[in-house]
Amino acid sequence: MDQQSTIHESSGGFYHLIKIWLHHVLSEVGRAFTLFFQTLVQIFRPPFQFDLLVKQLLLIGFNSLTVVIVSGFFTGMVLGVQGYIQLKPFAVEGSVARFVCVSVVKELGPMITAFVLAGRIGASITAELSTMKVTEQIDALEVMGTNPVKYLVVPRFLACSLMLPTLTIFSTFAGIAGGFIAVVTLFDVNGSFFLLEVQKNIFVGGVLISLIKATSFGMAIAAVGCYKGFSISSAGGAEGVGIATTGSAVISLIAILVLDFVLNHVLFNILGLI
Amino acid sequence: MISVRNITKKFGVNYVLDGLSLEIPRGETVVIMGQSGSGKSVLLKIITGLLAADSGEIWFDGTEISRLGTKEINSIRRKIGMLFQSAALFDSMTVAENVAFMLDQHTDLSKREVSEIVDEKLSLVDLDGVQEMRPAELSGGMRKRVGLARALAFNPEVILYDEPTTGLDPVTCTEINQLIRDLHEKLKVTSVVVTHDMHSAFSVATRMAMIHEGKQIAYGSPEEIINIDNPILQQFVLFGAPDQILNMENPILREYLGR
Repeated sequence: MDQQSTIHESSGGFYHLIKIWLHHVLSEVGRAFTLFFQTLVQIFRPPFQFDLLVKQLLLIGFNSLTVVIVSGFFTGMVLGVQGYIQLKPFAVEGSVARFVCVSVVKELGPMITAFVLAGRIGASITAELSTMKVTEQIDALEVMGTNPVKYLVVPRFLACSLMLPTLTIFSTFAGIAGGFIAVVTLFDVNGSFFLLEVQKNIFVGGVLISLIKATSFGMAIAAVGCYKGFSISSAGGAEGVGIATTGSAVISLIAILVLDFVLNHVLFNILGLI
Repeated sequence: MISVRNITKKFGVNYVLDGLSLEIPRGETVVIMGQSGSGKSVLLKIITGLLAADSGEIWFDGTEISRLGTKEINSIRRKIGMLFQSAALFDSMTVAENVAFMLDQHTDLSKREVSEIVDEKLSLVDLDGVQEMRPAELSGGMRKRVGLARALAFNPEVILYDEPTTGLDPVTCTEINQLIRDLHEKLKVTSVVVTHDMHSAFSVATRMAMIHEGKQIAYGSPEEIINIDNPILQQFVLFGAPDQILNMENPILREYLGR
């Protein structure tokens, strides 16, 4: 009897913990979406502060260009080498250009760019905003009659949404170039043949998929970064900033993977893009 | 000028403010005293609309502001300047950009006009030649002065000071107290000073209020406050009050000081 009641109590405790955890997660998601919708509303409300947007475009775009190109280039090289090795036993190593091109354009270009920016920009947005929160700078903005969402979130959100597709174009070109250099220099593949195959396998639909994905990833990175920065308690201190920054990078990466799956399903299976 | 009526605010199950009422008359410097965690800073946040009260009303110049929309509350906020405990300067901006922030955001003044106002406000707080410095390059006292210059930039009717002397050395504290008195004299603004520094409180106050357990337990001029026979108030006042208060021949003080 005692054992039964202990089991019953422990399972009750377990369900209670699950309930608390679910409540916490759903409240966080709700607050994040509230901030997201407030941001969308504020984008279209004057005044439009283009100077803030330009500053963020430079910070997010120009300063990330090198790391995005290098990451894309080496990803392309790895794809080229692996693709050639895997395809050769089936005597279809000539398809390596198609393999590199399609993978980089539709999947790895936007994905690698998003991963780099989630670590580099998403975390830095959270660190900056959460520091402003704990040092009362966000309160100061509000007391001076300035909407913090309009002033801080909108420029970062727009800059991420615009720069991610732009950087994806660079990383995609770098990826194809990396694949080309790896395959042509390391294996017996003709360079002109590789380029011809690339030309044949780049379609408008594929580029569109890449840009849609990149824009969505950019929105997710900015939304998560800003939400984590704003959600810290004023009493959180340096430890709170650290926790928020780590949380931002982890949630952004998971959000990118989940979004990638959803977009693949919607774009390929429902809309039929190739 | 500002009327706080029956304000209640709780965090979780703890009541920080429990039916607090307080009058802040125009042109006075009202010092709000209370222990750490007694809800003094929460009250300032409720007055500025940073926090919503659970119940009660805040009246500003005849308008009930606690239920106003964002647009209306922002127009009230432009009449209020606030010096934060940490000064809350924007660390990505220079001193001049900090002071000019409200002017840049809410006016169409030319750069030259804004620059003139910035110089004027910095002179008011005895700071010259720091326009291009970053907040990180300033001392604690200088940061508070810049915070005050920023609060003054829009010519507010009310200045709220949240622990203006916390974390400063005694000499700088005295300078900040002098500055608060000077601004009161020169600009005739209404000031609300939240502090538990009794030296500062007696130095700047024209009226004082004591908050304890979320309620106002005393209110009056400094002379009236030291004559109120309340053990909590007297313990608070006598700990760190200036010598000119402690040396007064007053029967209540004598009793609490054990003379």
